[in-house]
Amino acid sequence: MLALALPALLVILLLVVLPVGWLAWQSVYHDGFTLANYRRIWSEDIYWRSFALTFEIAVLVTLLALLLGYPIAYAASVAPKRWAIVILALVVLPFWTSVLVRAYAWLALLQRTGVINQVLRQIGVIDEPLALVHNTFGTVVATLHILLPFMVLPLYATMQQIPRDLMQAGASLGAGPTLTFWRIFLPLSLPGVLAGSTLVFVLTLGFYITPELLGGGRTIMISMLVSRNVELYDQWGAASAVGVVLLVAVGLIFFAVSRFIPLDRVLGQK
Amino acid sequence: MTMSRPYRIALIVVCALVLLYLILPILIIAPMSFSAARFLTFPPPSLSLRWYQEYVGNPAWMQATRVTLTVAVLTVVIATPLGVAAAYAISQSKWRIMRLIHMTLLLPLVVPIIITAVGIFFIFAKVGLVATMTGLVLANVMLGLPYVIISVAAGLQSFDATQEMVARSLGMNRLRSFFVVTLPQIKASVIAGGIFAFISAMDETIVALFISGGQYQPLTKRMFTALRDEIDPTIAAISTLMTAVSFMLVLIATSRSKKGA
Repeated sequence: MLALALPALLVILLLVVLPVGWLAWQSVYHDGFTLANYRRIWSEDIYWRSFALTFEIAVLVTLLALLLGYPIAYAASVAPKRWAIVILALVVLPFWTSVLVRAYAWLALLQRTGVINQVLRQIGVIDEPLALVHNTFGTVVATLHILLPFMVLPLYATMQQIPRDLMQAGASLGAGPTLTFWRIFLPLSLPGVLAGSTLVFVLTLGFYITPELLGGGRTIMISMLVSRNVELYDQWGAASAVGVVLLVAVGLIFFAVSRFIPLDRVLGQK
Repeated sequence: MTMSRPYRIALIVVCALVLLYLILPILIIAPMSFSAARFLTFPPPSLSLRWYQEYVGNPAWMQATRVTLTVAVLTVVIATPLGVAAAYAISQSKWRIMRLIHMTLLLPLVVPIIITAVGIFFIFAKVGLVATMTGLVLANVMLGLPYVIISVAAGLQSFDATQEMVARSLGMNRLRSFFVVTLPQIKASVIAGGIFAFISAMDETIVALFISGGQYQPLTKRMFTALRDEIDPTIAAISTLMTAVSFMLVLIATSRSKKGA
């Protein structure tokens, strides 16, 4: 049986484990063992600011995704089957649309001469175009758009498994719909909340395309530190160290979450 | 669950707004791509196929399209059998080490893609695979494998493994019983996995930014470079085509898996 899994395993070992291992090695070895790359992250302001900004954006995107995703998942889980299919289709279709195409769509919508500014001007709400993109706002709007399905799908999977009899039991004991929701449905949906939040948070930490295209050079997220150190400055060691710090952060988050819910439940949603 | 009327209306309104936020940006590209104007305007002042002609008439875009399609097809051809074999091994084996292997195979979904991309770039630079077709295909096979494995593993879970044992007890060897008994029943999940690997390869951008170059640049890399400079409406036309392909493939994948698995 092992032989059957071997070719796939080899691909992953050679193209994920080996490259990441090499990256880690390179972050501490350059003509001898050195921690200079990590010291720089520790001491230089631009790295600190970028890490702080990335975590802020990740928290914001996760909270917004929960706020927007929960009602959707809830509606899909209580609606008649036909409507549930429509709702899920509208969630899954963007999920499988190119991230690049969606970033481009937001660029077209949000830029100074974009759709939203044009419409707002035509109806006389604004005189001067609003700065909706090439900043953190544009990055958050587009990142949220891309990651929202990663919140909705695990939430829906969990909510669907909540036995409806429990709510009926609550109602027969005299609890109103609001009380049954807060005391029964919401607590039982928490594993889905955790799974979805983990995915969205971790994916935001490593996001690259939207901050690069919609951040306007001002929203420097961790991933952009990595790419700039490689592409612009040819600093492979520095890029590797930033990558290792990001990977350790992601690893710690997954490890912490795995104490509460099995990891394959978090990952199996795609 | 019973909900009072005002709650229900509120829920419907909120959902409609959020779904609009999800779907509208994708749909708005299509009318823009048929605009005759030099700049992206909405609604378009007049309609034309100008940007589609620009796309089809440009040798660089056409070359990139060929690269994307070749990479996507080769990715499916390689990742699907590898993924099916691995998913089958995982579902059959009761070894504890298989759980570890299963998690390892899903690593591409866990490791932030920017890290994988830079790591692969370092390795490919050592072995001369940067800016080659082989390198691009290998990277996409790696990225596509988890989709095939997740889809097929789900298909195998709902398949009754005793059927294969019956076939074997009737004298079929393991390989034959897999192809005659098991495969036809998990066909839908295999096709769905392959389709997702195709879409993943078609849309992949970040790894391509680092490792592709010269004549072997996929569409997404050229689009990304063009987007950094200016908003060329040709990209609206290409985006519309890519979205249409994705939509069709997802519809095929999901409708089939409902009938099959």
